[in-house]
Amino acid sequence: MVSVAKVNFDCTINGEKKTISAYPMARLLDVIREDCELTGTKEGCGEGECGACTIMIDGELVNSCLVPALQADGAEIKTIEGVATGEQLHVVQESFVVNNGAQCGICTPGMIMAALKLLEEHPDPSPDDIRHGLAGNLCRCTGYMKIFESVLAACQSMKQEV
Amino acid sequence: MANAAIGRSVPRKEGRSKVTGEIQYIDDLSFPEAIYGTVIRSPVARGKILGVHFEGDFPWDEFIKVTAEDIPGENRQALILNDQPCLAVDRINHREEPVLLIAHPNKHLLIEARKHVRIEVEEETPIYTIEDSDAKKEVIWGEDNILKKYRVEKGNVDDVWASAHKVIEGEYRTGAQEQLYIEPQGMVAKASPEDGVTVWGSLQCPYYIQGSLEVLFGIPADQCRVVYAATGGGFGGKEEYPTVIAGHTALLAWKSGKTVKMIYDRAEDMAVTTKRHPSLTRHKTAIDKDGKLLAMDVEFLLDGGAYATLTSVVLSRGTIHAVGPYLCPNVRVNARALATNLPPHGAFRGFGAPQSCFAIERHMNKVARAAGLTPEEFRNRNFLNKGQRTATGQLIEENVDMQGLLTTALEKSDYHAKKARFAKENVGQRIKKGIGFATFFHGAGFTGSGEKHLASTLGMEADRNGRIRVLAASTEIGQGANTVFSQVAADTLKISYDAIDIEKPDTEKVPNSGPTVASRTSMIVGNLVAVAAKQLLAKLREAQLLGDEYTPDQFNSACDQYIEKHGELKVISEYSQPPGINWDEENYQGDAYGTYAWAAYVAEVEVDTLTYVTEVKDFVAVQEIGKVLHPIMAAGQIEGGVAQGVGFAVYEKVVWRDGVMINNQMTNYIMPTASDVPEIRVFFEEEPYAYGAAGAKGIGELPLDGSAPAVINAVEDAMKIDIDFIPMLPEDLFELIESAANNGQGEE
Amino acid sequence: MRSDVTQYEMVAPKSLDEVLANLSSEPGKWTLFAGGTDLMVLMESGKLAPKNFLSLWGVKELKGISYTDDSMTFGALTTYGELQRHSKVREYFPMLIQAAKETGGLAIQNRGTLGGNIANASPAADSPPGLLVYDAELELTSVDGSRWVPYDGFHTGYKQMKLGEAELITKIRVPRPDPKGVHYFKKVGTRRAQAISKIVLAGFGLMNEGAVKTVRIAVGSVAAITLRCHKTEAFLTGKSLNDSVIAEASEIFGGEITPIDDVRSTGRYRRQVGKNLLKDFLESL
Ligand SMILES: Cc1cc2nc3c(=O)[nH]c(=O)nc-3n(C[C@H](O)[C@H](O)[C@H](O)COP(=O)(O)OP(=O)(O)OC[C@H]3O[C@@H](n4cnc5c(N)ncnc54)[C@H](O)[C@@H]3O)c2cc1C
Ligand code: FES
Ligand code: FES
Repeated sequence: MVSVAKVNFDCTINGEKKTISAYPMARLLDVIREDCELTGTKEGCGEGECGACTIMIDGELVNSCLVPALQADGAEIKTIEGVATGEQLHVVQESFVVNNGAQCGICTPGMIMAALKLLEEHPDPSPDDIRHGLAGNLCRCTGYMKIFESVLAACQSMKQEV
Repeated sequence: MANAAIGRSVPRKEGRSKVTGEIQYIDDLSFPEAIYGTVIRSPVARGKILGVHFEGDFPWDEFIKVTAEDIPGENRQALILNDQPCLAVDRINHREEPVLLIAHPNKHLLIEARKHVRIEVEEETPIYTIEDSDAKKEVIWGEDNILKKYRVEKGNVDDVWASAHKVIEGEYRTGAQEQLYIEPQGMVAKASPEDGVTVWGSLQCPYYIQGSLEVLFGIPADQCRVVYAATGGGFGGKEEYPTVIAGHTALLAWKSGKTVKMIYDRAEDMAVTTKRHPSLTRHKTAIDKDGKLLAMDVEFLLDGGAYATLTSVVLSRGTIHAVGPYLCPNVRVNARALATNLPPHGAFRGFGAPQSCFAIERHMNKVARAAGLTPEEFRNRNFLNKGQRTATGQLIEENVDMQGLLTTALEKSDYHAKKARFAKENVGQRIKKGIGFATFFHGAGFTGSGEKHLASTLGMEADRNGRIRVLAASTEIGQGANTVFSQVAADTLKISYDAIDIEKPDTEKVPNSGPTVASRTSMIVGNLVAVAAKQLLAKLREAQLLGDEYTPDQFNSACDQYIEKHGELKVISEYSQPPGINWDEENYQGDAYGTYAWAAYVAEVEVDTLTYVTEVKDFVAVQEIGKVLHPIMAAGQIEGGVAQGVGFAVYEKVVWRDGVMINNQMTNYIMPTASDVPEIRVFFEEEPYAYGAAGAKGIGELPLDGSAPAVINAVEDAMKIDIDFIPMLPEDLFELIESAANNGQGEE
Repeated sequence: MRSDVTQYEMVAPKSLDEVLANLSSEPGKWTLFAGGTDLMVLMESGKLAPKNFLSLWGVKELKGISYTDDSMTFGALTTYGELQRHSKVREYFPMLIQAAKETGGLAIQNRGTLGGNIANASPAADSPPGLLVYDAELELTSVDGSRWVPYDGFHTGYKQMKLGEAELITKIRVPRPDPKGVHYFKKVGTRRAQAISKIVLAGFGLMNEGAVKTVRIAVGSVAAITLRCHKTEAFLTGKSLNDSVIAEASEIFGGEITPIDDVRSTGRYRRQVGKNLLKDFLESL
């Protein structure tokens, strides 16, 4: 079987410029995990359902398992590895540690990306905002309560910081 | 000592690495040289294999192919019985049964090639239901399809029926449930006759895998190394099944001489791995005119699927929990696990108890109604108390107060006021509200003499700076094992929580502290940590390096001096059974568990009569679990379990067709999202258990037992309709309402 | 992953002209690829034969929402996220907003497009019922030019539609509904979020002096295509609503739909819930 040709394109991942060489229809998820060796982004289903592969492209949440590599041409990508500043965890990450928002941890990277977006759009989220904002990210361990608490606590800390 | 760690919600040990994405799960580990393996599976549920054909335009000679003939040792999955082959030879007993393995360096090619291996079979008639198996429509396993049976007898039920005030019968069913850990299963293996076998993987029980590799390869245990990778949820699903994947991956590695990686995609994971056993329970109960239980006769049947796997143990727990936390002078439980041609069912959090608990808690509501009592009054009259005996004759010696737990749960949920209000307000409303509860117990740790047979051991080692390393095979699968072990070690040694490290489970480095199952990790293995820590202190004291009182600095320097002199400071602790536990495995009599957790759960639901959709709106979980080691993590365990229980009740349905799950996608197998779970409010009561770590009992499985019946009891309250099965989907409720309307049951 | 990604080609034209040129130069060769939320799932599950994709994602002409006093026009590439953020859509077309909000999760809403939802032609899709009752029109474009067609009637059978090989959907236009009308949208999914519809019903109704002046009803997941219920509408038009009229409408409606059993639900349930929702809608007028 003859393969199609790989394509080369540029994008930015966590602030770093990268040139990617990939099959055009390779999943961005695999490009990130295998070619860029950023394995924090997870695969839970490969069908857009679980949210474990959630990243941001140009500031918007997307499921990286559903994005073909070629559509990331020129994209600004942010993954879980780009959330902390050096050794300094982001408030949301810190809050997930303190409030046990991560149990087995497999949903956590995606969940944190969704939580970041949620707090960006709703600095003072209602319970419904939180549920809606995180509904695309399945978690089988926590029953979500500790995740909600992590988000609320992060929101409190963020307010105090300002 | 600054601050005790136990009882405080210290940060999760590996928490930081989980929020940064640094922690590595099996698919994250880098094996640049690895080739990819996959399994070719049976296309039918039952039949004879006539041949295997490699078709299509593929360079087949480049592929590594493994059949049963390539197995160096015995072709079987070493679990409890020897009935399950690693690779099918001539007979097929379920859909997706592994027949042959292939591997190739090119992952893409492998994906296409696997579709072109054709297994030629002569089909035979399969059976798919408990009833068909019980009736021996086809005999597909042993002589009578019975994978295992138990009988529990107390008193004599048959003497009671004639004179009883009332006799109430009921039949209850639960469906298969998928664990749906968010990380699919996977393994990587290296293997050769010279170096033995090493596997890395997503798993709960390293030593189970080691045991099975020994048999499969016919080599000694010390040549079978199993290394844990961070595991993204298990819930029982990574208890026995990883042995299958480990065996397959290792066989490909053995034959190819290469590192082989096998990661299931979600569709494969859901279609082929074990699920919760479907069940059918028949109850016949006699009461006197005061609503007291006189006799309980229970038939408890499980669908085991095609092979025995751990079914006998699941059946055992379901059997022992079958009559709930109630006192009854005459009890008979007849339990059977039956074989069908479905893929084998297996371990899932709760292990048979959620099935029998659903039945008893639905049935108790029915019996209460027959007795003319409210569900709580009926239960209050029949709860098991201290000084009384369970169905297996176990004397309850701990302080149990089921009535107190129930009262608390009803208060916290405002049960009485709501129940009255809903009854009034529901009339003529499109949305019907209801509230219901379940009361239950869960035996902690292995059943009967299980722990004694396991004889778990655990190691602890200090370095010269006084840092402590805990060596255990118990795996962190999200439940917080690392954290609890560190808390117990820190407090027993009176040093900081931060000074404790947990060795990664690796059979080459850690002793066998037993499998990560049965809610035993904190309670039993945690206690082994405490024992080890005491042994370690004793060594330091014997060597006159440490006094009764000491500072962490003094502890550090004592370790330093000890190691200077003796080379290492390491201890191994061993399980010893608490005194006075007697279990008669033959007759299923005696002390089934060292201790029990006790609970009362209340669920509030809304049923939309336009759409028949049930939503759970509020949930109160009150339980007595011994000492709460880590309040936040303990609550997290309960909340996660309740969400799974809500799923079990009203969302999660495995749709079978021709012996295989056809909704094997996350879009079509419906687990609750953040928008679907109720507010879950968790309350703990503490009655420390003398033989659990710092007084802890097991909690991991408890929440699965009572959540589903609480939800369905609430639906019953809302709709005034009898529901005797789960999952109860909107389609089912619609049919129930239709037939109730035809039979004149139900509201309005 | 069940497909070999090395067998799938994709090119990413930068302009609509380029897309059209590609489509016409080799008719039948290219498959359009918008947000990929349907196509990637198919590829993932091994249900999509190798194809040559034309990525539309970078084609600016297909983006954007514009409006006049009479109507609103969406580029085919409009995402569910964009719909929800647009205040005029929220004001005039609440059913499209509700459908968008209940489509997948936020990440899906950022990639899934209206054009894709229409062209994917799933009878369970959530935007079509609203588009049908809003009397949407589609702009179909090929190298030979553009034409507007009514959306009603565009789908002709399961996964079939009146779209030429060298054509694509470029725009969707909806006339502004009468401000006095009632908009009714109800999706019954497998759960509250991240859910495919078991049945979805949209209704628009306008009363005049106690009688139905205008009514439009469309339902998803009850037939091979999203169904506009013309017979039920015709029956209701001009009638004043009471229990017996509603019951009769329900009968006619029951004759129009042909729901089936599948992995998500049953035909019996869909039929009954469809009737319940219709009743609920009519009672809200
Ligand atoms: C997790 C998940 C949840 C989902 N939930 C929902 C839901 O709740 N409700 C719902 O309705 N859908 C749902 N979907 C399906 C999907 O998101 C929508 O159908 C979406 O609108 C498709 O748009 P797209 O741009 O991603 O389509 P694509 O996948 O890019 O394309 C779909 C089809 O449309 C064709 N096409 C695309 N654009 C054009 C065009 N301009 N002209 C002609 N043909 C075109 C393509 O060739 C293809 O056949 C879900 C999908 C996922 C993965
Ligand atoms: S892996 Fe992408 S959503 Fe599940
Ligand atoms: S923490 Fe395990 S899935 Fe969320």
